[in-house]
Amino acid sequence: MSILVFLEHHGDEVQKGSLGVLGKAATLGDDVSAVLVGGGVRAVAPEAGKYGAKTVYVLEDDSLEPPTPQPRVDVLAKLVQDKGFDTVLFGNSVLAADVAAGLAARLDAGLNWDLVDLTSDFVGKRPALQDSVLVDVGWRSTPRLALFRAGSFDAGKAGGSDPAVEDVSVDLEEHSRGARVVSQEEESSSGPSIEDADVIVAGGRGLGAPENFTLAEELAKALGGAVGATRAVVDAGWYPYSAQIGQTGKVVSPKLYVALGISGAIQHKVGMQSSNVIVAINKDGNAPIFEFCDLGIVGDVHEIVPKLTELVKQRKGS
Amino acid sequence: MSISSRAVKIAVCVKHVPEGHGRIDPGSKRLDRTGEGALNHFDANAVEEALRLKGDSDSEVVVVSLGPEKAADSLRKALAMGADRAVLVSDDAAAGSDLVATSAILAKALERESADIVLFGQQAADADGAVLWAAVAERLRRPVVSQAAELTLNDDSLRVKRQTEFGYDVIEAPLPAVVAVSDAINEPRYPSLKGIMGAKKKPFETLSLGDVGIDAAQAGDAGSKTEVLALGDPPSRGDARKIEDSGNAAQEIVDFLAEKRIL
Ligand SMILES: Cc1cc2nc3c(=O)[nH]c(=O)nc-3n(C[C@H](O)[C@H](O)[C@H](O)COP(=O)(O)OP(=O)(O)OC[C@H]3O[C@@H](n4cnc5c(N)ncnc54)[C@H](O)[C@@H]3O)c2cc1C
Ligand SMILES: Nc1ncnc2c1ncn2[C@@H]1O[C@H](COP(=O)(O)O)[C@@H](O)[C@H]1O
Repeated sequence: MSILVFLEHHGDEVQKGSLGVLGKAATLGDDVSAVLVGGGVRAVAPEAGKYGAKTVYVLEDDSLEPPTPQPRVDVLAKLVQDKGFDTVLFGNSVLAADVAAGLAARLDAGLNWDLVDLTSDFVGKRPALQDSVLVDVGWRSTPRLALFRAGSFDAGKAGGSDPAVEDVSVDLEEHSRGARVVSQEEESSSGPSIEDADVIVAGGRGLGAPENFTLAEELAKALGGAVGATRAVVDAGWYPYSAQIGQTGKVVSPKLYVALGISGAIQHKVGMQSSNVIVAINKDGNAPIFEFCDLGIVGDVHEIVPKLTELVKQRKGS
Repeated sequence: MSISSRAVKIAVCVKHVPEGHGRIDPGSKRLDRTGEGALNHFDANAVEEALRLKGDSDSEVVVVSLGPEKAADSLRKALAMGADRAVLVSDDAAAGSDLVATSAILAKALERESADIVLFGQQAADADGAVLWAAVAERLRRPVVSQAAELTLNDDSLRVKRQTEFGYDVIEAPLPAVVAVSDAINEPRYPSLKGIMGAKKKPFETLSLGDVGIDAAQAGDAGSKTEVLALGDPPSRGDARKIEDSGNAAQEIVDFLAEKRIL
């Protein structure tokens, strides 16, 4: 058994999510390698040794630093073909999901996604149908590809030694050179830090309009908390990215999480599921959020939230 | 946002998904597709985006689906929204196809169309894979961009703004290309009565695997590289309470928070 783990880096930091997967791989077997693609990756490669990689393959090339998936499919396909890896693991991210699926098609290899765990005999654990059922999934052939749900494993150091660092090169496919990143807007995480808040009131598209975020803000103020948001409303420009909670936003675990007009998509859930108490208000009784909240109210945020804010103020005032 | 002056062909991949809560059949270990279904709501965003790109130009919008015969209902809905033509690949031998098999079948169906742009939705509500476009793009050997929150078309390229874990990237790709849109990209229209009536007269093709040039061995269970082994119960959050608001919900929330010693 030989495992390859796709590592992502941002600046000079290897992403925690992919290191978590590497740490998991190291518990499955001894023959564990990792791969890094982009600019400055040779310098960060040794870090992977601490998480269990024996060998780190690097493709050091500034022109591959922008996060497009297809050149990475070329690199991974070549590594699998040349080195005979039978398992390739990915931690979910915007980039990794597209690399994993592209690689599956290139190699005609099975991809199981949204896994939260993998056993040593290669049974993947996948919560499905809004996490209402836990499915055991397997592979019928190698290479086996697995994409883990974001945050499935903590990045704990296995205490390994310096890995061998090997350069790789690849001829890119014509179609892999098509997509080009023309600009990148790094969002600063300045502003009030929601990660440390004890109470978060988060708003989604169910608030109906950007100005209705005042409902969330006033309730948050009354409860002494911060305001969060879903990707849908951030992408639509209703609320800043720094407040986004979920897979591509922040991961929070406050004492109280109040979800207003949020459907509870998996990618949102992974950012707030470890909150102590979750209260949701949604007018659709079938919304997935009702599967994982402690108190679910089927109702209209516009009617309930102003009253709730008033009652909280009264109670705190008394 | 500039709309292209040249007429383009846009294919939109749409899925027919079970309505409400899905259920896995314990026997076959497959998603039960016998009940009521509907157009995957994330795909309505992709159809809407195609219609927006088309505007009142001569561009053509063709909706493509792989699914049971009932998937015709979802394609009709897309036609009622304004798509020009529909293609349904439906074959008993395709049931249970995993990513490898599904992408092979869809790619073959799409090859027949040679569209300038292939659009996907953000995810299938019944599978939450959010991966299919990358596999299809690889088989079509075309550039792919996912999570598009904004899409602009120029004469021979397109431009996407999309969110990543670090902020926003702007990505350009030459046509032909594959794009998966985010659910924040637009507000899908509802079909008008006129649209619903008109949809019945629009071209609708139903194809078998043989028609698109796929061997039964590449499809369905036989063509899949992954399998479902067993079904179990997930860890539960404990005693979740669900209440219909009857005018008293605010008080009930306050009482609950007091009980939890948060207030
Ligand atoms: C790669 C990837 C990464 C992603 N990352 C993230 C992420 O980091 N964070 C994130 O949040 N999402 C993320 N998403 C998007 C996620 O899948 C969902 O699309 C998103 O979370 C939906 O946001 P929403 O709940 O605000 O909107 P919707 O899904 O549209 O839900 C709105 C809800 O409001 C309810 N509603 C409407 N009106 C009212 C009313 N008057 N009163 C009460 N309820 C009402 C509706 O019933 C509905 O359930 C990601 C997706 C992908 C593919
Ligand atoms: N059977 C199908 N037929 C056509 N398009 C599909 C099918 N399944 C998924 N799609 C498309 O692929 C997207 C992502 O699906 P998934 O990767 O399965 O979550 C959906 O939003 C659809 O656009």
